[in-house]
Amino acid sequence: MYGNAQIDPKEKAKSLTDGEDPVLLAEFEARVSAGEKVEPKDWMPAAYRKQLIRMIEQHAHSEIIGALPEGTWITRAPGFRRKLALMAKVQDEVGHAQLLYSAAETLGKTREDMINDLINGKSKYSNVFNYPAMTWADTAIIAWLIDAGAIINQVTNSKGSYGPYCRALERICSEESFHLKYGHDNVVYLATGTPQQRDMVQDALNRWWTPIMHFHGPPDKISQHTEVLMKWKVKMASNDDMRHKFLEEYVPKIWDLGLTIPDPNLRKNPDTGVWEYTEPDWEEFKRVINGDGPCNKERLQVRRWAEEKGAWVRKALLKAETKYTVPLA
Amino acid sequence: MAYNEQELAAVKEFLYKIADDQLIIGHRNSEWTGLGPLVEEDIAFSSIAQDKIGQAQHIYEILHNLGEADADTIAFTRDASLFKCCHLTEYPIGEYDFSLVRNFFFNHAEMLRFEMLASSSLEDLAKLAKKYRGEIKYHVMHSDTWIKQLGKANEESHNRMQAAVNNTINLALGIFEESDSADTLKSMGVFEGEKVLQSRWLETILPILESASLKLPESSNWQPAYGGRKGVHTEFLQPLIYEMGEVFRLDPKAEW
Repeated sequence: MYGNAQIDPKEKAKSLTDGEDPVLLAEFEARVSAGEKVEPKDWMPAAYRKQLIRMIEQHAHSEIIGALPEGTWITRAPGFRRKLALMAKVQDEVGHAQLLYSAAETLGKTREDMINDLINGKSKYSNVFNYPAMTWADTAIIAWLIDAGAIINQVTNSKGSYGPYCRALERICSEESFHLKYGHDNVVYLATGTPQQRDMVQDALNRWWTPIMHFHGPPDKISQHTEVLMKWKVKMASNDDMRHKFLEEYVPKIWDLGLTIPDPNLRKNPDTGVWEYTEPDWEEFKRVINGDGPCNKERLQVRRWAEEKGAWVRKALLKAETKYTVPLA
Repeated sequence: MAYNEQELAAVKEFLYKIADDQLIIGHRNSEWTGLGPLVEEDIAFSSIAQDKIGQAQHIYEILHNLGEADADTIAFTRDASLFKCCHLTEYPIGEYDFSLVRNFFFNHAEMLRFEMLASSSLEDLAKLAKKYRGEIKYHVMHSDTWIKQLGKANEESHNRMQAAVNNTINLALGIFEESDSADTLKSMGVFEGEKVLQSRWLETILPILESASLKLPESSNWQPAYGGRKGVHTEFLQPLIYEMGEVFRLDPKAEW
């Protein structure tokens, strides 16, 4: 599960192509434009490599951190059917992290370096996982609607230009589509269940609506930077376009279940066909992504615990004479 | 098959013991999701947990056919004192060395138990036993591979693994606590008995431990942790059961 990669607004606006060989760059852009995939050993602009490492790494971290809020409910899932399904679902998410770390490694950054950057706060992950899963119904909303948002993002990005990332995304999307069915089924049971179950799921939707609206990121500022990344097929759609696609597909389904979305301004304008909504609090988004959310500290603490407690196991797998090898794909 | 009262009680107790072991150790293994020493181990522990919990569910379904409540009610609402799992399964995950050694001891015992049960007169269980051997084979491969790697990799990993073996052996021996109805089960052709299983288990694990440069403590010092099969449990079981049923209990009329 993952939202769109965040492009750091503080990054210097210097041209992404500074210092690149113009002939190689032209060949590269021609290939990408013709729909060819870029493979690990191919020439690529330094800024392309850097942005992809950042995107894939953030995506991998989101999968592994995203396992935590749902993972805490595995031990409380009601009944065998839900318990087994949730275990398999969260296991898939960790599996996605494994695939994605490998894809990012093909660009030259080791998994260890990526995880160190996660723990020391240098590298981000999807903002939504800094919110808590308060009840069982929160896990249902996450599995349905957060995963739905992720599928929209990932299907779009799987048409991108970097071969190993696209192939990983295709596999991930086919698994996510099962998560979506699981999440929807779970929400249906709650929304059509006893009064207590209906209240639970409505409360969860109320809590998660802002993070869901935040999921695809703030409206993009159209900059030269964004244009180049789109030309290179690193960024495949604007954040607002993906959010719109999500609303178009899922708001009617949410309403069908008799649930209320906590935004009185949400409606599809019949004249334009465009969804109108109250902009979520983007200041809150910035605060949370910069570390001041309800669960940021806890999430990183858990991850740090796992890394520190597991260090001896990883060390015991190393042989002194082996050198790190970048995987091919 | 028609059972007399004594036979039915013996069979039920036996099934509860096996299913409760699978459920509780599966639940513990699932707690590694997101916390493993490397993501591959999160994934492996989760697979093992899913198999074991699925196995527990099937055995509870046999119990349901013998007149007990349905699988969800049995697993999610019973009081801890009614559980028949061994103490080994109940302990919190601790560190990876303990969880791995626990799995190593338990997986081999389960593999051998299901091999014995494949020819049990209890046909429903025999059928499941044949199927489960195919799943548990991979659990055994997983723990054997890691035991060998960590037992010999370096001084720290060797010392940790040896300490985990020393600290876990008595709990592991608790798997083989004999039931009062052992003779009934044997004469019915359901199960040959825990003593037979324990001796096969020792024959199997000793060479593997040896190849991992690990040793069992002297048998004269063994003090098996019995009690679980009689409903006497460690302090860790009740909170686990309570947590497991937390949502299930919220609304007795609800379907989840």
